Amino acid sequence: MQSAAEAPVMPVRRETTPSVGVAFAAMVALLAAAPFVVYPIFLMKALCFALFACAFNLLIGYVGLVSFGHALYFGWASYLCAYAAKSWGMEPGLAVIVGTATAAVLGVIAGSIAIRRQGIYFAMITLALAQMMYFFALRAPLTSGEDGIQAVPRGRLFGVFDLTDDMTMYGVVLVVVLAAFVFIYRIINSPFGEVLKAIRENEQRAISLGYQTDRYKLVAFVLSAALAGLAGSLKALVFQLASLTDVHWTMSGEVVLMTLVGGLGTLFGPVVGAFLIIAMENYLAPFGQWVLVIQGAIFVVCVLVFRRGIVGELANRLRVAL
Amino acid sequence: MFEIFGIPSQALFGQLLLGLINGSFYALLSLGLAVIFGMLNIINFTHGAQYMMGAFVAYMLLQYLGLNYWAALVIVPILVGATGIAIERLFLKRLQKLDHLYGLILTFGLALIIEGLFRNYYGSSGQPYAMPESLRGGRNLGFMFLPNYRAWVIVFSLTVCLATWFAIERTRLGSYLRAATENPTLVRAFGINVPRMVTLTYGFGVGLAALAGVMAAPIYNVSPQMGSDLIIVVFAVVVIGGMGSIMGAIITGFVLGIVEGLTKVFFPEASSTVIFVIMVIVLLIRPAGMFGRSA
Repeated sequence: MQSAAEAPVMPVRRETTPSVGVAFAAMVALLAAAPFVVYPIFLMKALCFALFACAFNLLIGYVGLVSFGHALYFGWASYLCAYAAKSWGMEPGLAVIVGTATAAVLGVIAGSIAIRRQGIYFAMITLALAQMMYFFALRAPLTSGEDGIQAVPRGRLFGVFDLTDDMTMYGVVLVVVLAAFVFIYRIINSPFGEVLKAIRENEQRAISLGYQTDRYKLVAFVLSAALAGLAGSLKALVFQLASLTDVHWTMSGEVVLMTLVGGLGTLFGPVVGAFLIIAMENYLAPFGQWVLVIQGAIFVVCVLVFRRGIVGELANRLRVAL
Repeated sequence: MFEIFGIPSQALFGQLLLGLINGSFYALLSLGLAVIFGMLNIINFTHGAQYMMGAFVAYMLLQYLGLNYWAALVIVPILVGATGIAIERLFLKRLQKLDHLYGLILTFGLALIIEGLFRNYYGSSGQPYAMPESLRGGRNLGFMFLPNYRAWVIVFSLTVCLATWFAIERTRLGSYLRAATENPTLVRAFGINVPRMVTLTYGFGVGLAALAGVMAAPIYNVSPQMGSDLIIVVFAVVVIGGMGSIMGAIITGFVLGIVEGLTKVFFPEASSTVIFVIMVIVLLIRPAGMFGRSA
C-alpha cells in the first residue's frame, strides 16, 4: 500500500452504527427461515463459503494484505477434519477443532514467511506456498490423492445431535458461522482492529507510532487462516468429502471473487458475495466451461466499474455502515 | 556410457537438458513479467494464458492456414502482442492510479476468460503440434543424445533474452524506458510519449510470452491449462530473482530450470515443489530476492 490516494476504496468509519444491528438481525432471520424454502445442502455450502470469504476479507479488507493462496488453509483444514473424523473416529466437534488448528499452524508458518515482503510480492508468495502444498496434497498418503477422503462420517455432535439429519447439520453450521461472524466483528472493532486499519492506511506511519506492524500482520494472518480452516472443516462434514478442488488455486481465486463482488472491507459483503457466486455456479453448472468465462468477466467488470461491490455500493448510497 | 553419483550419464544429462528447456521458458516468462512490472507496476496474471495463446495460435495457424512453425515464430508474437496492446488500452490504462491489487485481480479475471474460452472450443485434452521438419532428429555427443529441437529452443531463447537485455540496458530506446520507469512525468516533459511506450511495453512482454508458447508447442501438448500451472511457478521464480533486474530474471530462470532438472534425477518426489522450497529459503535468508533491492 503506498499512499492514501492509491488505497482501495474502503469505508473508514467504525462499523458500530445501528445499521449493522438491523442488517445482522435481518441476516439471522433470513438464514433461519431459509432451509424451509431452499435446499439445505446448498445453504450449508453457501454458509461455509460465506465464512471463508469473511475470513479472507479480514485480511484484504482490514489489513490490506492480498492473500492469493487462501485455499491452502481451507483445503488442508478440510483434509485434516475429514481424516480425524474418518480414520480416528473422532467426534465431529473435535474433528472441526483439529481442522481449524491445522489451518492456524499453517497460517503461522506461511504467514511468517509471506509478511517478509510487501504488496504485490505478498500475493505471489502466498500463491506459491499454496501451490506447493497443493502438490504435497497430490502425493501425501493422508489425502488419498485424486480420490480425496470420501464418505466422511458426520457423526453425533457432543454425542447428542445427530448430524446425519440435514436440518440438524444446518442448525449447527448456522450457529458456528454466525458465531464466527460476530467474532470477526469484534476483532474489527477492537483496539487491535483499529491498529490493523492503521496499517492498511499507512504502514510507515503505524511503525513510526511504535507499533510492531509485523506482529499485528502475523496475528491477523493466523486469525484469517484459522477461520478459513473452520469453514473448510465444516464443508468437509457437510459434503462428507475433502478433495483436491479445495486446495487448488482456483479455490483461492473464487474467494477473492466472492469478497470483491460483495464488497471489500465491508462486514456483510463477503456473505452476500458468497451466496451470489455459489448460486450462480449452481445455476450455471450445466454450461460447463462457460462458468470460468463468466467468473472472469465478473472480475473484470468489478475492477473496472464496481470496485465497492454490492454491499459497499449499497452502504454508500444509503450513507450507512454495513 | 558412464555413471555420475550412481546415475547413468544419459539420464543425468537428459534431465539436465529438460531442465534447461524449462529454464528457458521460466526465463522468457519472468523476463516478460519483469519488463511489464517495471513500466506498468502490474503483475500480469494473464501471462500464463498469453503463453498458452501463443501455443494455440501456432497450432491454429498450422491447422487452418497451413502456416508452418517458422512462420508462426514470427506471426504469433505479433498477433498475441496485439491482443495485449488491446488489453492495455481497454483495461489496464484505467487502473494506473489504483492500488496494485486491482491490476492483479483484473489480469487474473482475464486469464480465467481466456482459459475458459479455449477450454470451450478445444476441451481439456492436449492437441499435438508436429515438430518442424528441419529440426527433427538429433546428434550423439558421446555422453548423451541431443535432440536438435531442444538445442534450438535453448539457443534461441537465450538469444532472445540477451537481445532484450541489450535493448533495455544498452540502447537509447532502452534508456528512455528506464527513465520512464523511474520518473514518467519528467520523461513526458521531454516530449516523449510515455503512455504509448507503456502500451508497447505491455505488448512486447505479452509477445515474449507468446513466443515461449510457440516454442513449447512441439515439446508439450498444446492444452488450455498449460499456462495456469506454469505461471505460478514463474511467480515463485520472480520472487526468488526479484523483479528489479532484467539480467537477474534471465539468470534465475535458467538456474532454477537446471535445479529442477537435477532434482528430477536425484529426488524425483520433490521435483514439482523444489522451486517453491527454494523460494521459502531465499525469503528467509534474503527477503529482497537474489537480485532485488529492498521491496
